[in-house]
Amino acid sequence: MGETITFWVLAVVSVSAALGLVFSRKAVYCALMLGVVMLSLAVLYAVQDAPFLAAVQIIVYTGAVMMLFLFVLMLVGVDSSDSLVETIRGQRFWAVVAGLAFAALVALGVGNVVFAPAAGLGAVNAAGNVPSLAELIFTRYVFAFEVTSALLITAALGAMVLAHRERLEQKATQRELSRERFVKYGEEGLDPSPLPGPGTYARANAIDMPALLPDGKISKLSVNRYIARYEAEEGTIDPKVAEILEGEDK
Amino acid sequence: MSLLTTASVLASPAAPGSPGPGLADFGHDPVWISIIKGLVIFVFLLLGVLFGVWLERKLISRMQHRYGPNRAGKFGLLQTVADGLKMGLKEDLMPRKVDKVIFFLAPVIISVPAILAYSVIPMGPVVSMFGHKTPLQLTDMPVAVLFILAMSSIGVYGIVLAGWASKSPYAILGGLRSSAQVVSYEIAMGLSFVAVFLYAGTLSTSEIVAKQADGGTATLFGLDIPLPSWYAILLIPSFLIYVMTMFGEVNRVPFDLPEGEGELVAGYHTEYSSSLKFAMFQLAEYVNVFVVSGVAVTLFLGGWRAPWPISLWDGANVGWLPLLWFFAKIVLIFCFFVWVRASLPRVRYDQLMAFGWKVLIPLNLAWILLVATFRALRVEQSTPVFILMAIVVIGALAVFFRFDTVQQRRREARAEQIEEEFEQLREEPTAGGFPVPPLDLPHYHGANRKEVPSA
Repeated sequence: MGETITFWVLAVVSVSAALGLVFSRKAVYCALMLGVVMLSLAVLYAVQDAPFLAAVQIIVYTGAVMMLFLFVLMLVGVDSSDSLVETIRGQRFWAVVAGLAFAALVALGVGNVVFAPAAGLGAVNAAGNVPSLAELIFTRYVFAFEVTSALLITAALGAMVLAHRERLEQKATQRELSRERFVKYGEEGLDPSPLPGPGTYARANAIDMPALLPDGKISKLSVNRYIARYEAEEGTIDPKVAEILEGEDK
Repeated sequence: MSLLTTASVLASPAAPGSPGPGLADFGHDPVWISIIKGLVIFVFLLLGVLFGVWLERKLISRMQHRYGPNRAGKFGLLQTVADGLKMGLKEDLMPRKVDKVIFFLAPVIISVPAILAYSVIPMGPVVSMFGHKTPLQLTDMPVAVLFILAMSSIGVYGIVLAGWASKSPYAILGGLRSSAQVVSYEIAMGLSFVAVFLYAGTLSTSEIVAKQADGGTATLFGLDIPLPSWYAILLIPSFLIYVMTMFGEVNRVPFDLPEGEGELVAGYHTEYSSSLKFAMFQLAEYVNVFVVSGVAVTLFLGGWRAPWPISLWDGANVGWLPLLWFFAKIVLIFCFFVWVRASLPRVRYDQLMAFGWKVLIPLNLAWILLVATFRALRVEQSTPVFILMAIVVIGALAVFFRFDTVQQRRREARAEQIEEEFEQLREEPTAGGFPVPPLDLPHYHGANRKEVPSA
C-alpha cells in the first residue's frame, strides 16, 4: 500500500522533472531537474528494499556527480539560455530519426528479454541487505569490482596528467612577495599596502562608492574599475564614480 | 517502513538487559508515535539553535573577557528570540538580478536535509511512551550512517545554489569554495567512519551504539584487562580525523572559508539581507553542527550510554535517563566547537584543501589498512597480531624520527638564512631597496642616543 502510494507520487515528480530537464533552456535548471530525478530514483530504491543502493545513489550521483556538473556549469558561467538556431543542417530531422530508431531498438530488446524465475528478496537478503551485497561484491564479483576501480583510477590519473603542469620555478613565498612590493615602492613609488576600501557614508555604503581623500577629492583606487565600467555600461553610474574612468581608454 | 521489514527478520527484539535497541526494534511504531517523535526532534533542534546561539555568544564572550548578551531576558537568554523576531519582521529584500526561484529555494534546500539527518540519531534506549515500547530514535535503517552522509551531501546544494542564484561574485566564490571544501572533507569524513564500521560490523546507528556498550576483555599474560568500549578510544586516529573533518563539513572556524568576511564579505549568503531567509541559513548551520556532534556521539562516544564511572550504576542506561547523557555529550561537543572558534584563526584556502587531500585522506587510508589487517588477523589468533603491531609501531616511529631529523635540519638551515639576512640588513639597512630612514635620527634612539632624565 505505502509502496504504491510512494510510486505514484514519485512517478509524477520524476516524470515532470525529467520533462523539465528536457525542455528547460537554462543549463543550471536542467542540472537541478536531473538531481530531482536522481533523488526520486533513490527513494524508489529505498521503498523496494534496496537501502544501500538508495544511499549510494544519493551520495555518489546526487552528491558527487551532479555537484561536479553544477560546479563546472557555474565556473564556466553557462547561465544564459540555449539558442534554438540549428547549427548543423537537418540536425533536428536526423535527431528525431535516430531517437525513434533507438526507441524501436530498446522496445524490441526489452520485449524479447526472458526472465528466469526471481530468487525473491527474502532469500537474497537473508543475511541483511548490506552484508549480502558485500558478500557478493567481495567474493563472486570481486574481479569486476577491482577492474572497475582500476578503470576509475586510470581515468583520474589521466585527468591529472592532462591537467598537470610542471612548475618551472619555485612558487614565491609571502616573504618574497612582500620584499618585492617594498622594492617596487622604493624604485617606482608603488604603494606596498593593500588598496583603500570603498567609502562608508551615512546614506550610502556599497562597494561602488568611492572613498574620500583628506583634501575631499575621491580616491580613484577605492572603487574597482571593473565595477565602475560595468555601471557605466548599464548607465547606472554615479557621477562621482564616473571620475574614476576619466583618462582611461575604454 | 518496508526498509525495515528485511532487517526485522534478522534479529530478535532487544531483550531486557541487552546492550540496547537494534534494527529489529524499529518499524513497529504506530503512526502517531512516529509523528510525536518527529515533532519532538524538530522542536529540540529549533530550541537547540535558539539556545545554541545564545550559549555560543555567551561562552565566547567569557573566553574573550566580556559579558556577551545580557540585556534581553535573564542572562540575555531571550537575545536570540529577539534576533529571530527581528529577522522575521524585517523587509525581505530580493535583489533585482537574482534568479528568483533558486534564490528562494536555496535556504530551504540547505535546512531540510540538515533536520532530516537527525531522524536516525539514537537518543536513548527503549522506553514506554503512552503504553507503547519504543526506542528513543525516530527510525533506523541498515544504512543509517550512509543516510546521514547522503543528507549532508544534499545540503551542499543549498550553499552552491544560494551562491549561484545571487549573481554576485562574492556569493558565487563562496558557493564554489564551499562545495569544493565540503565534498573534499566528506571523503575524509566517510573514511573515518570505515574503521567504526569494521569494528561494529554494522551501519545502523542504534547497533553501533549497542556495540559500544561493552568493550570486552583481553587476556594478556593471564590477566583479564577490560577494554575501553568507546570507539573514540579504541579507534583514536579515526576519531581525531573525524573531529577535524567535522569543522570542514559544517563550515565552522577554522575552516569557515566559504564565508570568510575578510575576503568574501559573507560568502554565499552575501545577498541574503538579514531576513527570514538568512535566518534559515543560520538555522541550517547550527543544525548541521548538532548533526555532526550527534554523529560524533553516536559513532565514537558511546551514543546515549552513560560515560564510564556512571555506567557502573545499573540504572544509568535504563528508561529516560540516557537522554540526559546524550544531551550532555552534545552540549560538550558544541562547547568544543565554541572553544575552537575562540582559539584558532581561519586557515588559508589552499592550505585547507592541501590538508584535506594530502594529509587527512592518506592518513585515514593507512589507518584503515591497519585496522582491517588487525581485524582479519585477530579472528585467527592473537600472537602474530601483537608482533605485527609491534613492527608497525616501530616502523612508524622510525619513519617519524627520520622525518623529524630531516625537518630539524631544514629548520636549522632556515634559521641560519634568516640570521644571515638580519646580519646584512643590520650593516646596510637599505639593502634590497627597502626605504629605511637613517637609523641614527634622534627620535629613533640611534647610536648616539641620549638618555633624557625624567624629573
